[in-house]
Amino acid sequence: MTKLKLATVWLDGCSGCHMSFLDLDEKIIEIAEKFDIVYSPLVDMKEYPEDVDVVLVEGAVSSDEDYEKILKIRKRSKAIIAFGDCAITANVPSMRNRFKVDEVLKRGFIETNTDNGVIPNKNIPLLRERAVPVYEIVDVEIFLQGCPPSADLIYYALSELAEGRIPDVKERAKFG
Amino acid sequence: MSKVRIKTLKIDDRDVGAREDQTILEVARDNGIHIPTLCQLDGLTNLGGCRLCLVEIKGSNKLLPSCVTAVEEGMEVSTNTERLQKHRRSIVELFFTERNHVCAVCVSNNNCELQNLAKQVGMTHVHFPYMYPALSVDATHDRFALDHNRCVLCTRCVRVCDEIEGAHTLDVRGRGIEAYIITDLEQVWGESETCTSCGKCVNVCPTGALFEKNKSVAEMKKQTKFLPYLTMMRGARR
Repeated sequence: MTKLKLATVWLDGCSGCHMSFLDLDEKIIEIAEKFDIVYSPLVDMKEYPEDVDVVLVEGAVSSDEDYEKILKIRKRSKAIIAFGDCAITANVPSMRNRFKVDEVLKRGFIETNTDNGVIPNKNIPLLRERAVPVYEIVDVEIFLQGCPPSADLIYYALSELAEGRIPDVKERAKFG
Repeated sequence: MSKVRIKTLKIDDRDVGAREDQTILEVARDNGIHIPTLCQLDGLTNLGGCRLCLVEIKGSNKLLPSCVTAVEEGMEVSTNTERLQKHRRSIVELFFTERNHVCAVCVSNNNCELQNLAKQVGMTHVHFPYMYPALSVDATHDRFALDHNRCVLCTRCVRVCDEIEGAHTLDVRGRGIEAYIITDLEQVWGESETCTSCGKCVNVCPTGALFEKNKSVAEMKKQTKFLPYLTMMRGARR
């Protein structure tokens, strides 16, 4: 049996969904038997591969870097899983959306900084006008709710996919 | 004593009997048939506002809110058709897009009727644009706070304050998308002269819009079971 190629991606999120993925504990061995993890913040691979079967995308699309990444991911992946509430609803990152980007940066780097803060403008991704859910930019096949989705839910979803079934998470998942 | 008439009808192809003064929702519940609700709460006047309890009735194109529709002889009611499921999902999605509901950082996380409804109706994500309205939090009251970001305008708080507490501190200002909850004549809550600080509004609120101060994420749990008893005791005294 050929293993499915699994990627995991971290956009504008807190990495909590990836922590939950690690909470699979010993079951991660079982997952590793069914999937090749070809790209992830957890493995050392710089370029997103060409032919990924399944990708877990954590986080909202917030910066120009996130935007370019997700377009590339869509082109190179068969199935995108919106992994957790930030990917599905933009969640906490979206709380800045009622303010303008320069107001947000001023608040974060100057007004709340006690020693002469400056707004960084080199070598960092630029924030887009709004943090948006992944499906607003590209098509998404599966939604895995939760902040974070529980390790059991991740295990269930990946196991179903490994068996060639589309996981039905409606009864198992919840927002928040 | 007046005679109570009995009506017979069908709900989801089941023959059921009902008193003539009962609503479709009451009869469904008596028979273990679940219809999702949000603005309805036992002990308060029914409003038919949230539209989640809409049902189909054979022979009518209109969908009717079961909480305010009386039973009729021979009625054939469907409570869970594909059409109803689609509408209910859309209604819940609209609640999520109209205000700023962020379950992950809400006082009512894991104890929220809106969050539960999202799961119940199978909302995977929303199909409408988020509005991100700029809304305030009124934390001027000593013990309670009102966060407009989380309000679904079910008006349970308004009704409990008026009908049970008799204070009518809370009301709704504006119409449609611009409606919001106010205290007195839109003074801040802390300066209200009519509020008795009874806390009933907080307990009937289905979301984290009304909460006790000093509660952090997922710490706010509401008690609503007291209401039918209060209503019953009031009725007995009248």
